[in-house]
Amino acid sequence: MPRVTFPHMGESYRSFKMLLNDLGNDVVLPPRPSKRTLDHGVRYSPEFACFPLKILMGTYVETCRLGAEIIVTSGGVGPCRAGHYGQMHKKILQDIGFPVDVVVFEPPRFHPIDFLRNIQKLNPDRLSYRAIWDCIKRAWQKLSALDEAEKLTHVVRPRETVPGATTRAYRKALEWIDRSYTSKEISEAHAAALEAIKSVEQDPERKILKVGIVGEIYVLLEPASNLEIEETLGNLGVEVERSMFLTGWTKDNTGQETHEIITVKDAAMPYIPLCIGGHGRESVGHTVIYAKRGFDGVIQMAPFTCIPEIVARTILTSVSREYGIPVLTFFLDEQTGKAGMSTRLEAFVDLMKRKKWQEPGTGQAAVNI
Amino acid sequence: MTARVGIPSSLLYYMHFPMWKTFFNELNVEVVISGNSNKNLLDEGVKEALADACVPVKLYFGHALSLKDKVDYLFIPRVVCLNRRTIYCPKFLGLPDMIRYGLSGMPPVIDMKMDVREGRLSLLKAYTGIGEIFGATRWKTFTAYYKAAKKAAFYQSLLQKGLLPPEAMKIVLNTADSGKKSPAGIEHDLTFAVLGYPYEVHDDYISVGVVNKLKKLGVKVITMENLPAGPLSRQNSDLDKIMFWTFSDWVLRGTHYLFKTGSVDGIIHLTAFGCGPDSMVDKLMELASKKYKNIPFMSLTIDEHSGDAGVSTRLEAFTDMVRRKKEVFK
Repeated sequence: MPRVTFPHMGESYRSFKMLLNDLGNDVVLPPRPSKRTLDHGVRYSPEFACFPLKILMGTYVETCRLGAEIIVTSGGVGPCRAGHYGQMHKKILQDIGFPVDVVVFEPPRFHPIDFLRNIQKLNPDRLSYRAIWDCIKRAWQKLSALDEAEKLTHVVRPRETVPGATTRAYRKALEWIDRSYTSKEISEAHAAALEAIKSVEQDPERKILKVGIVGEIYVLLEPASNLEIEETLGNLGVEVERSMFLTGWTKDNTGQETHEIITVKDAAMPYIPLCIGGHGRESVGHTVIYAKRGFDGVIQMAPFTCIPEIVARTILTSVSREYGIPVLTFFLDEQTGKAGMSTRLEAFVDLMKRKKWQEPGTGQAAVNI
Repeated sequence: MTARVGIPSSLLYYMHFPMWKTFFNELNVEVVISGNSNKNLLDEGVKEALADACVPVKLYFGHALSLKDKVDYLFIPRVVCLNRRTIYCPKFLGLPDMIRYGLSGMPPVIDMKMDVREGRLSLLKAYTGIGEIFGATRWKTFTAYYKAAKKAAFYQSLLQKGLLPPEAMKIVLNTADSGKKSPAGIEHDLTFAVLGYPYEVHDDYISVGVVNKLKKLGVKVITMENLPAGPLSRQNSDLDKIMFWTFSDWVLRGTHYLFKTGSVDGIIHLTAFGCGPDSMVDKLMELASKKYKNIPFMSLTIDEHSGDAGVSTRLEAFTDMVRRKKEVFK
């Protein structure tokens, strides 16, 4: 049985593990990125490479030491660097001395045959396409359940009366979803998970700020890389809406584009008329939409030296001014400390609070704060 | 009164300026350039641009700012793809937007999209669009485009003959001062390839004069513009997937071409701090250099604080080592 591994991205590993196991692979679970992961990553990656490349590099080194032979990852058609991660990691790992193979899934819309071939590489049990489709459907169901549970915590956490109650309920719910296997079990676990998180004791009277989070996909989805920003914000009494979830992203990149992403592209049109790779255009588009929906602020998360986000950041200055919405940007790298980030977040939240509740009169343009 | 168009002398300037200048001049439009980079321009750029941007982009901001009150339009085309295969760095794609929204009080930006993947005539269409802004007739725009394309071809042929872009540009635009001969007196016993993006290698200020320093050390310098286009386009650079970015693809192909033919004594990769594509390219070059041990390889990073002495020391050390190696193996 081939020993397969994949990148760690939030809680999504629970779903991928099930899928790869179903196809007959021996899965080497990627550990949650830690200080040690980063040390490996920084040591072997190019110095100016973006943060996700370094984290993935470290994760791969750790899993390769555990005996992984095949790495499954996603590709991209540029112009963002992430499209080259696959071959870059392969070359570096082989240079270090791990004889791994990297299976890169490109968007099936553009490379359908390559996609099927890759599936066959990961199918040692020789399941039929129909059976594979069933497995994928179940994995997808699980992924949606995980995403929805996480989305709900963002709403519940700022209103909880007992600090930490939401996180505890969420951990429990994750275990339930993780243990479910058949389609019926997953939908039951899904419902139970949402119920458990909803039933956390809440204070409906509390005044809540609403903040949108935009930025690059990996640092948004991996809490270890963004230092649990959503949890930190939730504890500060801020409801978070994240612009990106794995299910949404996969939908946009496999079949037809969803209605949502088209709206986002339209919103970004006056600022960035074409795709600049990564999620630069989406960051701008989401910010415009959040502003129109009356959010109190937007936080942009980007890895250090991320090209599309640098372009987006430059433009967001104008968006922020035109729509009167505060934007805070974090460029994350291995040096980012949690305390520094918390301080900046607290200050940002204080400013938003003052703007929202102490501004004299209504309908006034944002004052300088 | 003729309209004035400003072209910042950075980034794509080094590849396409002769063509752009000819085109605008044919349309009776005056072209204003921001001139050579200097400390002042860089400081202005660093002040305005985002701290995380790479040096060339910061410098470009400086160039654009210096043209602010001098011109009616800024010409910053959105060059997406010119060879049907590779596109440009995301910062190039978003460049017009960054200038428009990142700086205040700028003149209108002409940001024609140039993407040859959209059809055979898309380039001509883009230039026709520019012509319309200045009220030129279609026929006039077409002849201007034709002349500009011819100039571009001539410029390319000069580069292929071994001239460096600044010298070739002087000849193409007839600005060479014929009386002064280039200092050909220095003897060359070594040939180095300085690979890197044109806007880094040929910008004497930002590259801390690497090319001239090497010339003084008795080294003949070739850059990627001088490498033969034919073999380069067929060169395999050991990748599973094509390099997306035009200049990076070019550099990488050049590296493999030089390693395989062995026609130079050393390769220097000039890269800017914070350059996104280069983080990949530099590592790939480094891995390639491990395979071909016959040619020494050095990577040189520049940023807004690069010191003259530091770069000189590294270049001297590298040159000395290559020279000694050559003598030992003789």
